Amino acid sequence: MSNTTQLLRFITAGSVDDGKSTLIGRLLHDSKSIFEDQLSAITKTSERRGGMGAVDLSLLTDGLQAEREQGITIDVAYRYFATPKRKFIIGDTPGHEQYTRNMVTAASTANLTVILIDARKGVLTQTRRHTYIASLVGVPHIVLAVNKMDMVDYSEETFDAICAEYRAFAAQLGLHDMTCIPMSALNGDMVVERGENLNWYQGSPLLELLENVVIDYDINTTDFRYPVQWVCRPQTQEYHDFRGYMGRIESGVITVGDEITIQPSGRTTKVKEIVTYDGNLQSARAPQSVTLTLTDEIDISRGDMFVMSATMPQVSKEFEAMLCWLSELPLDLNRKYIIKHTTRVVKCSFARLDYRVDVNTLEQHSSATLNMNDIARVAMKVQLPLVFDSYIKNRFTGSFIVIDEATNNTVAAGMIT
Amino acid sequence: MSNQSFTHLDVLESESIHIMREVAAECKNPALLFSGGKDSIVMLRLAEKAFRPARLPFPLVHIDTEHNFPEVIACRDKLAADLGERLIVRSLEGSIKKGTIVLKNADQGRNAFQSVTLLETIAEFGFDACIGGARRDEEKARAKERIFSFRDEFGQWDPKNQRPELWDTYNTRVHAGENIRVFPISNWTEMDIWEYIAREKLYIPDIYYAHEREVINRDNGILPVSHLVQPRPGEKVEKMMVRFRTVGDMTCTCPVASHARNAQEIIEETAITRITERGATRMDDQTSEASMELRKKEGYF
Repeated sequence: MSNTTQLLRFITAGSVDDGKSTLIGRLLHDSKSIFEDQLSAITKTSERRGGMGAVDLSLLTDGLQAEREQGITIDVAYRYFATPKRKFIIGDTPGHEQYTRNMVTAASTANLTVILIDARKGVLTQTRRHTYIASLVGVPHIVLAVNKMDMVDYSEETFDAICAEYRAFAAQLGLHDMTCIPMSALNGDMVVERGENLNWYQGSPLLELLENVVIDYDINTTDFRYPVQWVCRPQTQEYHDFRGYMGRIESGVITVGDEITIQPSGRTTKVKEIVTYDGNLQSARAPQSVTLTLTDEIDISRGDMFVMSATMPQVSKEFEAMLCWLSELPLDLNRKYIIKHTTRVVKCSFARLDYRVDVNTLEQHSSATLNMNDIARVAMKVQLPLVFDSYIKNRFTGSFIVIDEATNNTVAAGMIT
Repeated sequence: MSNQSFTHLDVLESESIHIMREVAAECKNPALLFSGGKDSIVMLRLAEKAFRPARLPFPLVHIDTEHNFPEVIACRDKLAADLGERLIVRSLEGSIKKGTIVLKNADQGRNAFQSVTLLETIAEFGFDACIGGARRDEEKARAKERIFSFRDEFGQWDPKNQRPELWDTYNTRVHAGENIRVFPISNWTEMDIWEYIAREKLYIPDIYYAHEREVINRDNGILPVSHLVQPRPGEKVEKMMVRFRTVGDMTCTCPVASHARNAQEIIEETAITRITERGATRMDDQTSEASMELRKKEGYF
């Protein structure tokens, strides 16, 4: 393994019937990421369930006892594999209707989404739903995997018709980085190997695309945003006056001597040192975790944000957001909740519920509450000002979670508009 | 570095540091579980990177089965002493004496009982968060677990009712008596661990490297001969060049045949191995398809 391997996180969306588990099994199997003991365990299970000969690769992704008993996937599972070019983390999300929240969860950290469809069925309601969620959560790259091409005689016309329909829909959502690949996960065509059956297709097989898609610009590289996580005061003899602000650079670049603004106070100062365990740096950038010292003594605590850019973040107690409700308990508009946004935790209330989006038709409906898996546009008020950018500009400073203080559960995911 | 892409190790390291700092900032009384095994040694280095030049904002805690390899215990003590960090050790023997663990026989495997002593230790010190070195690639129940894994007052994990985890905005809130297990290296694989050990030149117990050892063949595995594992009638003691991929309970941790003498050679072996880490080395995980899931529900890591 070379020391310059990059990390790519992707998710797969589609139902069991689209061959999603088979696709993941095929990726792992053909890239030689399945171990003999795993293969022998699923071979045993395939035989016990009366499988005819072929090993059921979909069994590789069935994790929990409850799932094996019921033959379903109940939650997000993460899988790992590597090629000499990249390390991959797959967020495996169930495609069943009630699990919108699982896809939102897995998509929130993904660079790329693979949306699976069955070539016989074409673009379905769930395909639109998955695509809408991917666009809502701002996944930078989309791959439409038109699977089961073996069931339509590997027909180029069928593939072209599906792609045309899908592209038209994706364009409405403003998705442009989109690739369509015909494949047969069952036979291994266009997953890792090209196979013999799709010679008319000029593009890369899926794995080659995953290895080469450019992800360096998935993070905002221009606007420096640095939420303070932890104030480091060693109070030892050697570091008597040391006061470092620890955090992770969520976007942009910082260099020693740069003038930064501390929000929400708005005070300015300069970066004196960029301290790390491995020595001080002259410059650092997202997503590095570092410690910054400053030239002036200013009262700074966790939840403050250091910023530097031509475009300043907004500092406000009011904002509008798209929200995905994740909890079985519906939203109670009369109650107060808690928001965690970057490193800041504050009380919040819902000022307005503008509309709920039907994820199947994208139509907007008025609504008096929100239930699990609902997506809606809301207006929120918070107790103390937040420092934020719009989610489209910055995935880290534009996102938040909502927590129910009574249960401590995470009840919603929000994206600031 | 500034115009180059970060490597997967850079990204994983930064993610783990970010997680540890969130724990320190938001949890009242966290602890870092530290056994002296390779994953916890990686965790210790990540903790140093997260908090230096200050001391760690949490103690190191080890739940000792007293079935551990002496080399691992020696390494645990040396690393804690070298760094001058506080190490708390609680032993299964303590729980056995109290009667909260009842063994069927004295040399029975002890991994399953660690949860009892862990929960007692959590109660004794009032820890609200325990940072552990579990990885999602180890086992399929772990593949479904969150980085911040909420436990009820009985330490139980409910896989069907986990808190959604979005972006890297972690919900660390618990009620009194409840607990969170935090896994900062969730997204690391066995290979990443070895690459990091090589990159950081970490000191680890030498039984991870190839050495000659007396072993016996039992139940489809090779077991190291020790004061806890003696040949039964008809079993033959052999000498083999082996290394350990994991270092758990001596009565059920199997070494693998190997000639790898350093981290780089282990990376080369790991790249071509065809058996998973736990599949090759843990007899207790092979008892049923769901053994890890069942133990986790009982409060095990």
